[in-house]
Amino acid sequence: MNLSPKTLAAYAAILVCGIVAPFLFPNYTFQLAMLWIMILFALTWDTMGGQMGYNSLGNIFFFGAGMYICAVVQIAWAGYDVAEYTAHFGAVKIEVTYAQYYGGLMVGLILAALGCVLFAIVFGHIVFGLRGPYFAIGTLGVALAAGELVGTWDYVGGGGGITVPFYPGEPDARSLLYYFLCFPLAIATFSFLKWLYSTRFGLAINAIRDDEEKAEGMGIHTLRYKTIAWASSAFFLGISGGIFGNMVGFVEPLEVAFPTVTFGIFMVVMALLGGKGTLWGPVLGATVFHIIKETTWTYMLGWQWVALGALIIINIVFFQQGILGWAQEKWPERFGIKVEGDDSGREAG
Amino acid sequence: MVATSTSTTNGLIECQGVTKTFGGVIANNDIALNVPEGRITGLIGPNGSGKTTLFNSIVGYHPLDSGSVKFKGKEISKLRVPQIARMGMLRTFQQTRIYSKMNCVENMLVSVPHRRETYRMMFSEYAPEVTERAEELLEFVGLYQKRLLISGDLSFGQQKLLEFAMALMNEPEVLLLDEPTAGINPTLINGLIDRLRRANEQMGITLFVIEHNMRVIMGLAEHIYCLANGKLLAEGTPDKIRNDKRVIDAYLGGHA
Repeated sequence: MNLSPKTLAAYAAILVCGIVAPFLFPNYTFQLAMLWIMILFALTWDTMGGQMGYNSLGNIFFFGAGMYICAVVQIAWAGYDVAEYTAHFGAVKIEVTYAQYYGGLMVGLILAALGCVLFAIVFGHIVFGLRGPYFAIGTLGVALAAGELVGTWDYVGGGGGITVPFYPGEPDARSLLYYFLCFPLAIATFSFLKWLYSTRFGLAINAIRDDEEKAEGMGIHTLRYKTIAWASSAFFLGISGGIFGNMVGFVEPLEVAFPTVTFGIFMVVMALLGGKGTLWGPVLGATVFHIIKETTWTYMLGWQWVALGALIIINIVFFQQGILGWAQEKWPERFGIKVEGDDSGREAG
Repeated sequence: MVATSTSTTNGLIECQGVTKTFGGVIANNDIALNVPEGRITGLIGPNGSGKTTLFNSIVGYHPLDSGSVKFKGKEISKLRVPQIARMGMLRTFQQTRIYSKMNCVENMLVSVPHRRETYRMMFSEYAPEVTERAEELLEFVGLYQKRLLISGDLSFGQQKLLEFAMALMNEPEVLLLDEPTAGINPTLINGLIDRLRRANEQMGITLFVIEHNMRVIMGLAEHIYCLANGKLLAEGTPDKIRNDKRVIDAYLGGHA
């Protein structure tokens, strides 16, 4: 990848902002960490929905699955029996040393990522038989069912949820730790996808989006591509879930782990708002959305859902292509899109 | 790619007793035909006679009710579309199908053969020779000047040419073309026929062509099959087909 000095400067600026932000606004560390998670949500949703044309409403499943895997691993790593611990409904307080905590968190996040990749491969083979709206509903079903099923599973605390081992240090250090997990994770997701879209893989999933039957007819291994696309979304979502569970400190199936109607829908809205099928669109959409959401939550309490609803309606009715999509239509040349053929060069054969 | 001018009589595609029904409609009824390697074979018939269904049956788009389809001597009637495509048999669509939100070069690049694709290749970039080849083929069909345009913005005829170039990019052994000249400006048809012939002669690609335009198919194909009401009505050289009473009746609406 060749980057111009201007682009490099922009990337550097974002990195510097990301590093200094929690020190400049120490009271907002949690919201800032959430911003990176939101960007990750939008980016990973867009891999499926924007680049590949598979509108998944169930990506939140991987977020929750990662969260539970990480929590269980952390408890087991601290030397507690998970079933016994959950049977006491939080009456047992887990004491961990720094070494135990970091060890458990690290192993937990790794296993969360790998577990979600495995889930994506298994579920992928089931739901990729569905196309268009049926895929959306099918994946939504997976996420809803997961929430309900986990709610009845006593090993992980059922509907009562599960408390994750608490960070042994100061609260400020705790928020900074999670911030500096979320921030590099979002950067890693972005860099990975930027690379992925620049390879053959990127064009192949675009082909699946434009005409999957044609892609099959040309011999593309469509199922293979679709599964890998979903698995890479699941990988990052699983890690983000593991971190989020620790940020909240308490994992519960419906509101925290599998919040289909909040985070599950936000993912879609953010990607659409920014411009689906573009690399920067989801980043832009997530940032705008998160700022609007946090502002309305603070200053328009009681009206926040109305405000978000209005935003979605304006987006869908007037700006279907999203902010970046709209800009691309208005100034195509700036985005390297050609609208007229060039007459220079070779003669037609 | 080596130009092949073999005079084998063995069919590259051999169909035996191919039957396909949709509910009560018998779209293909006991069809037997043979597409010899390195040649251009035609398939004609009135609307609704089952030509496209036969194409779909051959490329694995739907399961057969009965019968056998062999490609290079290997039974393929149980294989699915992408598997057959990777063996080297491609088809183009009557309603042109391209990747409409991508530009022409991208359409070409993504059409490279996927026969020997490894996992590592999936995550590599296209080699410069591949891009070079894509541009050569775009030049071949006369779309080089339009190569960076979004393909969905091209005219129907140009999209058809792009689809043909994409098929060539895939280096197939046999290409099934469903009405390649339909919707193309009459002045461009001659150019297209010339390109079809060159693809056959210079690239060694066997062609099996559905065509409604009698002037085109009579001049292009060496051997023609005619379908009517799902059955094979006649076969033979263009001259023989042209003078066949049954074919004339079928086309002019005679009730045979």
